Amino acid sequence: MSVLENIKNEEELLKKFKPADQAQSVKDLSELDQEEVLRLKKTGVDLDAKNRLGTFLQTNCGVVSCSCHVQGVEMLPITEALKKYNGLSDYYWKLIDPDKDVFTREAREHLDNGYFIRAKKGQKVVYPLQACLYIRNDNVSQRVHNIVVAEEGSELHIITGCTTHPHLTSGLHIGISEFYVKKGAKLIFTMVHNWAEEVYVRPRTAVVVEEGGTFLSNYVSLKGVKSVQSFPTCTLKGKGAIARFNSVIVAPEGSYIDTGSRIILDAPETRGEIISRTISYGGHIIARGHLVGKAPDIKAHLECQGLMLGQKGIIHAIPELEAHVPDVDMSHEAAVGKIAKEEIEYLMARGLSEEDATSTIVRGFLNVKIEGLPKELDDELQKAVEECRKGM
Amino acid sequence: MLHIEDLWVDVHGKEVLKGIDLHIGKGETHCLFGRNGSGKTTLLMTIMGFDGYQVKHGKIMFKGEDITHMPLNERARLGLGLSFQRPPTLRGVKLRDMLRLCGNGSDKGVQLAIEYGFESFLDREVNLGFSGGEIKKSELLQLLSQNPDLTLLDEPESGVDVENLNVIGDMIRRLLEKDKHRNRTKSGLIITHTGFILNYVTADRGHVMLDGRLVCHGNPIDIFERIQQNGYEECAKCQF
Repeated sequence: MSVLENIKNEEELLKKFKPADQAQSVKDLSELDQEEVLRLKKTGVDLDAKNRLGTFLQTNCGVVSCSCHVQGVEMLPITEALKKYNGLSDYYWKLIDPDKDVFTREAREHLDNGYFIRAKKGQKVVYPLQACLYIRNDNVSQRVHNIVVAEEGSELHIITGCTTHPHLTSGLHIGISEFYVKKGAKLIFTMVHNWAEEVYVRPRTAVVVEEGGTFLSNYVSLKGVKSVQSFPTCTLKGKGAIARFNSVIVAPEGSYIDTGSRIILDAPETRGEIISRTISYGGHIIARGHLVGKAPDIKAHLECQGLMLGQKGIIHAIPELEAHVPDVDMSHEAAVGKIAKEEIEYLMARGLSEEDATSTIVRGFLNVKIEGLPKELDDELQKAVEECRKGM
Repeated sequence: MLHIEDLWVDVHGKEVLKGIDLHIGKGETHCLFGRNGSGKTTLLMTIMGFDGYQVKHGKIMFKGEDITHMPLNERARLGLGLSFQRPPTLRGVKLRDMLRLCGNGSDKGVQLAIEYGFESFLDREVNLGFSGGEIKKSELLQLLSQNPDLTLLDEPESGVDVENLNVIGDMIRRLLEKDKHRNRTKSGLIITHTGFILNYVTADRGHVMLDGRLVCHGNPIDIFERIQQNGYEECAKCQF
């Protein structure tokens, strides 16, 4: 498909959906029924949890909940933060060009909402904060902009769950995210996608990490979705900064997921790691990874592993290494294939049935160490393994 | 326990085993000697039931059941166990979980790992970065967890340093109930090149395989000494 055609299609895509502000929003959490609450839980957002320090919940365009119980951590709907801080001129559209594509333009021109989260200097948060971007009505396009700032020496863990109503099939989610990890700060950002069969997803994410800072990103998508296109970019601009991206992606038939991460190592002694585990049982996955070494004494590694279960489906791994200076240490490892028969037989020789052996291997494959993954999600992961096995 | 009759096996269309007869009684341990490529591993793999080992003729009886065409996992459930010489790495599967799977949920394997000083490996991925000796230990722990009635061991001493031979030997003695002198129920079939394992585990009977046939049978220590003195050629004219 030519670039022009593609742009036309993307514009068409925007027209297909009704803006979120034309759909009714929920006023109070009590309006959500049991089924919806459970759906959110399975997306990593637990409204009853005691071990979450704050909750942000946006349905369609309306913010239903925005509360944080820790001093030193600020959580606001982005629209309020823009008013309070004179347009957040240091942060708003500073990492992403609003003219990048039709979706960034759409988000700039028709902002529904989003969150602003800031951990103040030195503030270390033990438990995660949770944020949920929830499309509650059919055929709605939701346009959000999120800004996270981890001030010097702070630590923050945010779980963001993006999902749709349990009985809804179609929608469009546009999410602009700009994250700032300042000197010596640490941000763990876990994102869970739990979409439906006809949902289009266009996140645009950029992160900048200063000296000695750490950014850890976990991305989990286990359910069917029409199409995802995302390529978060993290720039390590201070000495010794670290970035790590873990992704676990399962694509059933009908899903098209084009995703990956880019780390630009732009300061000496920075470290980067991208690990992705993808499974296709009928879906089309493009697993990208791009490491750019621009400063001396950097070290970065990229690992793309894909498992093809079933006869249909495509996994296209695109690992890229780009060095601009001589003193860099960058490597990659990519492997795509089906489950090795000798692994199945190994387990069968210990008495496991072929089905159990397969499940064990798939579970192991998806077992990327994810710091702070909520238990409900772990259960969902197990279920996804079973779905994969059945789809073989 | 195990009774093999006139077993002919093809691997990738090539005839490898050519009429094997073997009988291993309850509580007995047998040793299998032979050159590389003579068919020893093929015999073990065929008994266990791996794909690609095609039985052309003959039958394998185990505990009175004809298992010649039984699926691999059913043979394991019936009481057959095998230690792999080069097992695959299972990414993301911890040894701790593997031992539980082998023991049908029991913690016995984990306890034994701790007893044998292998605790630090429990949370490592199965076989990932394991040395030769560590693989052997991991295999034997899995088997101890599985608790088979007939254990098939393919060169259990290869790649193991002298210090660790003791541990490996102890694990095998335990698997084969060597501390029991009466009513022993566990049997074993061990492939060995070096014969070192005979210093740690007593065997009741030895066999020599040459070009897909068992050509010589007898006391394993006598056979091994003869091989050391005269090479395998002599075995062709079996003296025992």
